[in-house]
Amino acid sequence: MTANPRFFSRSELVGLGVLALLLVVILPMSLDIFRLNLVAKYLTYSFVALGLVICWGYGGILSLGQGVFFGIGGYCMAMFLKLEASSVENTKIQSTPGIPDFMDWNQITQLPLFWQPFHSLTLSILAVFVVPAIFAFIIGAAMFKRRVGGVYFAIITQAIAAILTILIVGQQGYTGGINGITDLRTLHGWDIRTDSAKFILYFVEVACLFGCLLVALFVKHSKLGRILLAMRDKEDRVRFSGYSVANFKIFAFCLSAVFASIGGALFTLEVGFMSPSFVGIVPSIEMVIYAAVGGRMSIFGAVYGTMVVNYAKTSLSESFPELWQFAFGALFIAVVMLFPNGLAGAWNEYVQPLIDRTFSRNKRSTSVASEHPLANGAPAE
Amino acid sequence: MEIGQQPPDFLLAVDALTVSFDGFKAVNDLSFYVDENEIRVIIGPNGAGKTTVLDLICGKTKATSGSITFRGKELTKLSENAIVHAGVGRKFQTPSIYDDLTVFENLEISYPRGRSVFGALTFKRDAAVTERVEEVAEMIFLKDRLNMSAQLLSHGQKQWLEIGMLLIQDPELLMLDEPVAGMSVSERAKTAELLHRIIKNRSVLVIEHDMKFVEDIAHKVIVLHQGKILSEGSMEKVKNDPKVIEVYLGH
Repeated sequence: MTANPRFFSRSELVGLGVLALLLVVILPMSLDIFRLNLVAKYLTYSFVALGLVICWGYGGILSLGQGVFFGIGGYCMAMFLKLEASSVENTKIQSTPGIPDFMDWNQITQLPLFWQPFHSLTLSILAVFVVPAIFAFIIGAAMFKRRVGGVYFAIITQAIAAILTILIVGQQGYTGGINGITDLRTLHGWDIRTDSAKFILYFVEVACLFGCLLVALFVKHSKLGRILLAMRDKEDRVRFSGYSVANFKIFAFCLSAVFASIGGALFTLEVGFMSPSFVGIVPSIEMVIYAAVGGRMSIFGAVYGTMVVNYAKTSLSESFPELWQFAFGALFIAVVMLFPNGLAGAWNEYVQPLIDRTFSRNKRSTSVASEHPLANGAPAE
Repeated sequence: MEIGQQPPDFLLAVDALTVSFDGFKAVNDLSFYVDENEIRVIIGPNGAGKTTVLDLICGKTKATSGSITFRGKELTKLSENAIVHAGVGRKFQTPSIYDDLTVFENLEISYPRGRSVFGALTFKRDAAVTERVEEVAEMIFLKDRLNMSAQLLSHGQKQWLEIGMLLIQDPELLMLDEPVAGMSVSERAKTAELLHRIIKNRSVLVIEHDMKFVEDIAHKVIVLHQGKILSEGSMEKVKNDPKVIEVYLGH
């Protein structure tokens, strides 16, 4: 303890290794491209769940509007791809060639100003990071400086998700409306619809995910991570120890927003369209469930939780389409009642002790692991 | 009295302080002055406004009128964290510690460095931090419990830990709200010993009910009653004040 806390604990290194093995080797080798693309779609949500672990698990700020940020990232990417797909040659049958098809259908004759920056890939990628951060900063500053928290904050974020959905649907000519932005084709001339592109995009996504995981682990191990925990527990004590509690909450919220936005941008690339159905209240709540199932205190749990829930969702809705909603509800109740710390909690309680006993010669790692029993990742389902 | 006219030897000057909650004046036109290195104890019956006074000084409650100056700075206009940075530390009535963190981490968070978001991200646990944490842990009798989760401490140890968290901030004015409440006799004696040691080179404002403890540590006592000062002076003087005996010490 007298030394600096190690950058990553031993169990986290193992967790990273196991996850890398699963995502980089096992899944790509054992799944066909259709199934792998499904995994890629699931993984885009795990960015959101990861953000929620920091914001909700550590910071105690429950946001029921993460779909907003997922959507912002997704739309930023979709706007770029749509503009590229709407070149003058591709759209010469339109009354105004060179603008997205849905604008033409809505009698819009000129590209709106806020679409202009999305001609550039660099600016679009920048927007994926900056726009959600600014948006989250504004919401966070307005709420946390006024000491709005807990349930009230959750309700307000939910309202924002509803408002954004209504806005997107209502402003059809500018946003593509309820259908979203569809028929996306190429990224800088590279066709993203082919199997090989999907394969490559999968690995790009895994790389981004590991980037975000490392950022999350860094935050967790910094003093900021401990301040978030302290704030969740005794907000006043932190405030009267000389910290501006609001600023730390804003940071956690912004970070979770940027993670969600990266996930959204990758979703657009993987799936090939973006629509308001990923922005509203229902998807936002589903994202919270992913984090809850994985274990809201577990950085790795976020990834496994998202994959397990989405896998269950896909397989159940393939066989019993009507039953899925009930199963989803039952799953959430079961997790909250039986495993309040999610899969990671169950892992730490039942599986980790078994492993420790098997390798009991390694006494040291046991003591490191038991220091933060809640915060350790679950290295497998 | 205008700011600047006050004699500079007062560390804390509370002037005509009033706070009203929907018309109820919890603190009513209160004035008192605390010197450098003075230990001032506030006593009074329940609901006299003792904790509210501390809340007002540390910024938890905003004053309706009046002023609080600390080293010439007007505290009523500062945010809570700015008041801490100015050198005011406050301990809460119930032990306020972080259950999910270890004793070491509890103390480390209170170490006065890296208090901004960026500072907290880049904060390094260097030798100076470790040394100071260990030094304070020894003072608060928790040196052998540094790696223990704080939620496993006893009530008395939690109180000490919070006192330690204040010590590590090294405030010029330390405010303690019932530091020995709920402690066993031996813990109480140890706490008195601890307080005697830590009050050197700083001013302390204490709320306490335990009269033996008050007598032991106080330089000056304020008796608060219904938001006003009933009596002020040495413990001897206050104890023999008929008004005080009637409302407080009598029963």
